[in-house]
Amino acid sequence: MQTTVDRLKKGDRATITGIDADALPLKLLEMGCLPGNSVELLQIAPLGDPMYLDINGARLAIRKETAKHISVEVTS
Amino acid sequence: MSNENINVALIGNPNVGKTSVFNALTGLNQQVGNYPGITVEKKVGFCKLPNHAKANILDLPGTYSLNASSMDENVVIELLLNKNDKLFPDVAVVVTDVENLKRNLLLFTQIKDLEIPVILAINMADRMAYKGISLDISHLEEQLNTKIALISTRKKQGIEELKQLIMSYKNLSTEPCLNASSMDPDYFGGLRKTFPNELVYKLWLVITQDVNFRGIEKKEILSEHRKSDSELKRMQQKETIKRYQFINDVLKVGQTIDKESARDFGTKLDRILTHKVWGYAIFFGILFLIFQSIFSWSEVPMDLIDSAFGWMSTAVQEHMPPGVLTDLISQGIIPGIGGIVIFIPQIAFLFLFISVLEESGYMSRVVFLMDKIMKRFGLSGKSVVPLISGVACAIPAIMATRNIENWKERLITILVTPFTTCSARLPVYTIIISLVIPDERVLGFLNIRGLMLMALYAAGFLMAIFAAYIFNKILKVTSKTYFVVEMPNYKLPLLRNVGINVVEKTKAFVVGAGKIILAISIVLWFLASYGPGDDFNNADKIVTAQISKSDAAVSQQELDGHIASYKLENSYLGIAGKVIEPVIKPLGYDWKIGIAVLSSFAAREVFVGTLATIYSVGETDEQDPIREKMAAERRPDGSKLFDLPTGISLLLFYAFAMQCASTLAIVKKETNSWKWPAIQFAIMSAVAYLAALTAYQFLQ
Repeated sequence: MQTTVDRLKKGDRATITGIDADALPLKLLEMGCLPGNSVELLQIAPLGDPMYLDINGARLAIRKETAKHISVEVTS
Repeated sequence: MSNENINVALIGNPNVGKTSVFNALTGLNQQVGNYPGITVEKKVGFCKLPNHAKANILDLPGTYSLNASSMDENVVIELLLNKNDKLFPDVAVVVTDVENLKRNLLLFTQIKDLEIPVILAINMADRMAYKGISLDISHLEEQLNTKIALISTRKKQGIEELKQLIMSYKNLSTEPCLNASSMDPDYFGGLRKTFPNELVYKLWLVITQDVNFRGIEKKEILSEHRKSDSELKRMQQKETIKRYQFINDVLKVGQTIDKESARDFGTKLDRILTHKVWGYAIFFGILFLIFQSIFSWSEVPMDLIDSAFGWMSTAVQEHMPPGVLTDLISQGIIPGIGGIVIFIPQIAFLFLFISVLEESGYMSRVVFLMDKIMKRFGLSGKSVVPLISGVACAIPAIMATRNIENWKERLITILVTPFTTCSARLPVYTIIISLVIPDERVLGFLNIRGLMLMALYAAGFLMAIFAAYIFNKILKVTSKTYFVVEMPNYKLPLLRNVGINVVEKTKAFVVGAGKIILAISIVLWFLASYGPGDDFNNADKIVTAQISKSDAAVSQQELDGHIASYKLENSYLGIAGKVIEPVIKPLGYDWKIGIAVLSSFAAREVFVGTLATIYSVGETDEQDPIREKMAAERRPDGSKLFDLPTGISLLLFYAFAMQCASTLAIVKKETNSWKWPAIQFAIMSAVAYLAALTAYQFLQ
């Protein structure tokens, strides 16, 4: 199923299919947020934002407004 | 440092234990300073190698890549670009974390491209079995064209091997491990043609980064090889993808992770610490515990320091021949230094707690929990760290805003952080509360003085949040909102790291503030001890004449007291105080308090020392603690000077006023303009004046 990271549910695993590179900071790319890499949504903060992700083995948190620029294919 | 020493630079991502490696190599042989002109911390240490060789170790700020997004990261690039820098490394040690090898290697490949000898230090090797990771070291060494040291600073393993590698750095290859310029062969080919003597990757960094390179001007390169910003960004992305492809290929063979045998304690801990109820409960519980312990644990050492300095003043007074020098030492310098040394216990405890919270990885979880709430006030989750550390001192707190990506959120955090109650306000609060609030309990167990102190902390924090809300509404600053926070693995803090951190930070604070306080104490003492004109110089005659006219019976001691206060009123300091009196009178202060408040604009903690200096100039009796002297002060009508209205007014003034020259200097450096510290100063002083005015007029 094709979607964006901000719509994932807790525990979802997905593969990055595309990124809107102009809307994402380079730092996020450098941390491994690139097409072909895996994403897992570990946790959503109690108030609904930000999102705690495992991207390509790196654990980091980003806001939903950033997450919506990352397209993924949900795998499980 | 001599030139025969090997220059080693430690480079690595944040949270990989780079500082632990630095501490393990250098022990306590380190010097902490600043890079010239900026506030980035510069740590250099000294290390003995086998066979009597020696090395200077430079601990560079943590960075994810050579694409800098902060001042700290710029330092790394500038050093690596400028071969003539006296700290330019003979060999770079890239420190990585075995659990995040993939991400860490990105920086490694970039440094290899600069053709500097590089050693790869894979840290936290003791966690490999725990995480089910195994590495094919010889494959990695071959593919990455380097030597690898597997180390564990926690278990003290591999440090000797790393030293061996540093010693034989001349055997290391300086060949890059991949060809990054293949992402745009035409462009890079062109660069190579124009500048045949420069490394292409160096030119590329000069083009894309905002750094000083002494070799070539950016304009010079761009005049022939222009690219638009978005083209450049796209190329940087291509570069990153290319590097990751290479790293993935290398690790496919070089690293195996057996997920079955990996244990994941961190995820379970995360579930509790970021839980919607427990997460917040634990966070506020920890905060409460910190404040409680700071106050109860520091009480004993603070009392000891206080009495030690009182004793020193008396001893100097008694054992040195009477005269100007003795007075300066016993009335100016000793109380002034005592006023700063007394902070050491509280500041050390604060830095201890903050250092433990950061080292353990917990701080990132707090950032995660608080982001949504803070965002509503125009702040970022990352503002929590400065706001909490602001309780120790606003200076490191403001420097801690550097990792806030969004400029507007960062600016607001910088502007409001000084509202949080820093430790310099504590002595002012403590002494005034003890003067105007009775030592009683409500509900049987709550100490009113303690409650008052808590209320002042709350007032500072609420004012910070409120000011942030207002700034967020009125500031017209547009910036892209980025928020990326790494969630590092939980780690048991290393005692050694925490200890060194606490010692260094406390030392820097005491020395920095101590210099200002010492200077001000001395200046004040001179201003209070000398005056212009006849009124000052003939004070004894004038006062004696006045007294004999009124033909009241006066003892010699009382006469001396009258003369001393007449002299003080007509000293340079007294005259200055009289000038500002109309402004401060509506707040309930006399000119002596006015002088203390005025001198506190250099640093708040000066307040008590200033009053101590003013009240002890000309006093014969040194035994009285400053508190007693303040309690004995009377208004002309005979009422107590430090009564409830004046006390509350002073407390509120100190809670909100921007009285710290060092903080203003830091704000100027961090925002790169005088505009923001000026705005901050004006707004905070206005808020303080209005709050104090309202309180005094209302309570009176």
